[in-house]
Amino acid sequence: MTAGGANAPDRTGLGVLEDVFTTARAESRAALIAYLPAGYPTVAGSTGLLTQALDAGADLVEVGLPYSDPVLDGPVIQHAVDTALRGGVRVRDTLSVVETLAARGGRAVVMTYWNPVLRYGPEAFARDLASAGGLGVITPDLVPDEEHGWLAATTTHAIAPIFLVAPSSSEQRIATTAAATRGFLYTASTMGVTGARDAVSDTARALVERVRRHTDLPLGVGLGVRSGSQASEVASFADGVIVGSALVSAAEQGRAAVARLTSELAAGVRGNHTGR
Amino acid sequence: MTTSPGGLPTASSGLAEHGHDPDAAGHFGRFGGRFMPEALIAAVDEVAAEYDKARHDPEFLAELDRLQRDYAGRPSPITDARRLSEHAGGARVLLKREDLNHTGSHKINNVLGQALLTQRMGKTRVIAETGAGQHGVATATAAALLGLECVVYMGEVDTERQALNVARMRLLGAEVVPVTTGSRTLKDALNEAYRDWVGTVGNTHYVLGTAAGPHPFPMMVRDFHRVIGLEARAQVLEQYGTLPDAILACVGGGSNAIGIFHPFLDDSSVRLVGCEAAGDGVETGRHAASITGGSVGALHGAFTYLLQDEDGQTIESHSISAGLDYPGVGPEHSFLRDIGRAEYIPVTDAEAMDAFRLLCRTEGIIPAIESAHAVAGAVRLGRELGPDATLLVNLSGRGDKDVDTAARWFDVVDPASLPTEEPASPDAAAGEREL
Repeated sequence: MTAGGANAPDRTGLGVLEDVFTTARAESRAALIAYLPAGYPTVAGSTGLLTQALDAGADLVEVGLPYSDPVLDGPVIQHAVDTALRGGVRVRDTLSVVETLAARGGRAVVMTYWNPVLRYGPEAFARDLASAGGLGVITPDLVPDEEHGWLAATTTHAIAPIFLVAPSSSEQRIATTAAATRGFLYTASTMGVTGARDAVSDTARALVERVRRHTDLPLGVGLGVRSGSQASEVASFADGVIVGSALVSAAEQGRAAVARLTSELAAGVRGNHTGR
Repeated sequence: MTTSPGGLPTASSGLAEHGHDPDAAGHFGRFGGRFMPEALIAAVDEVAAEYDKARHDPEFLAELDRLQRDYAGRPSPITDARRLSEHAGGARVLLKREDLNHTGSHKINNVLGQALLTQRMGKTRVIAETGAGQHGVATATAAALLGLECVVYMGEVDTERQALNVARMRLLGAEVVPVTTGSRTLKDALNEAYRDWVGTVGNTHYVLGTAAGPHPFPMMVRDFHRVIGLEARAQVLEQYGTLPDAILACVGGGSNAIGIFHPFLDDSSVRLVGCEAAGDGVETGRHAASITGGSVGALHGAFTYLLQDEDGQTIESHSISAGLDYPGVGPEHSFLRDIGRAEYIPVTDAEAMDAFRLLCRTEGIIPAIESAHAVAGAVRLGRELGPDATLLVNLSGRGDKDVDTAARWFDVVDPASLPTEEPASPDAAAGEREL
């Protein structure tokens, strides 16, 4: 994919994202993916928290782009995003957070509802995110059926369009969604909104098994993970463990709490991992 | 086409093939579609498949017609508003009386259809969003009738201001959940209903209250309301021997408007005029006119006109009519505007309230403030077209719910006699909030 020949590392967003999972797999573990929204509590504060997560062992961060109507988010993330929006956070702030993280070697994708991207212009968003050093975009309310040029834009700028599958997805939808996705496939562990849960439901493992029949993409499992032991459990069958609400709750306590929880989760994804 | 007593088309006729359906994925031109989480796609697929079966099932259609006739009171009459006409340039103004339906508005048309569909799907629970109650009350009503569990999401701000409607829903056996997130109004109630549905699709149907949201809701809700236009077209032709020159309806989400417009789409001589809530005036930025004063984007499941800032964040809408106080609009209206088949005009709070008073005093009808926007549009258009014109107005709801708001606006009662919860501003005094 790069001009440097077959052995040169692929430094595009797609290439770097692939590295995240290849590295984790080489270490017989799952990757830890940490979500925190840009602008919470402030733009600088969010950069600090995300940096802390990366330093404490997150392999990849999802930088949340705050949106006024987050229909797939539970109360914890809604509150954080509300705070960010009331603080005046802009779309360009999310891009600048990514840029700051990437400049110091951090690996970041953006998690965003679709309308802010539509308004920005999907082509322009892909271009500006790639130039900021972002690796991909998770779009929780965009299904590939409605991508209208998004796949072409992400291909042009070599970043990953990351779609979601859910326990309710039909076999056919899993297949078409996986076919449109690059980087990793976001696998929703349960039918519900974001939020920490006491137990990771059995549906997660079952869904991962179903999805594996359709794709070789790395599978990141999200929704409900909050502890090292849950991370360890999910890591036993998934390629990536995604943690959001629990980290946002920790962020309310400050950077030290984020570091503590991230370390615990990072240990989790390294333990009890039986590989594929 | 089946007919009701009086020879008029029945509700089930609205579900018959009519050649104006969206494509298989729910697109009306570039609008509509499904901008929503994958987790809910299976649920809307199920609704679409079940609706497709139901609209061809004689038993379902017969039951819908029976309920619409014996329970909701269809058909609704047409009233020739002769004294109002004097204020509308002498134009003949005909009112389609959806205010006379059970529960007091057109909302019952959609709710009966979706409640029957819920039963067909073997689901036992319905959820609904409501701003202050009209759709919530209608849903609670249908749920009581069919023995379904019912949960209504309502912004906390609205539950406080509309305590009476909360009580109505609870009397009907529904659970009312105050929504405390975001702006704590209608759009947040809608967000919360989606969040509920993601976790409960196994036993729950989401009774969306307007012809908006993801496919198939814009199409299905429209079809349940097409009876308004089918009846009106037959009534006007029979009683006046001609088609109207223009049809006027208020547009929030746009369900009553699409219901009355739709059977006239192929009558190219008939102007279709949607009256959007302009609040303090579109130029002030404090309005709910998504088509007149908005731009295109994706909100709550569809690509459509909406109120958004330059970052794509939804802007809060403002209208004295809470039923129109929503920052989006159904995708088929966006389509009809783009192809030039329908026109959309802004009507301010002040114009709507003038029309509200005018209709009260000339015809003895207290309209919903939502519907008063359409009356205002008719007065304006009548003055333009003169006495030869025939205008058909969808009087989508009655105004009992708005008496408190109107009493404050016109200062007709001693303030001390009104409930003590004094709203902070005229728009905060809004009555029903509905899509």
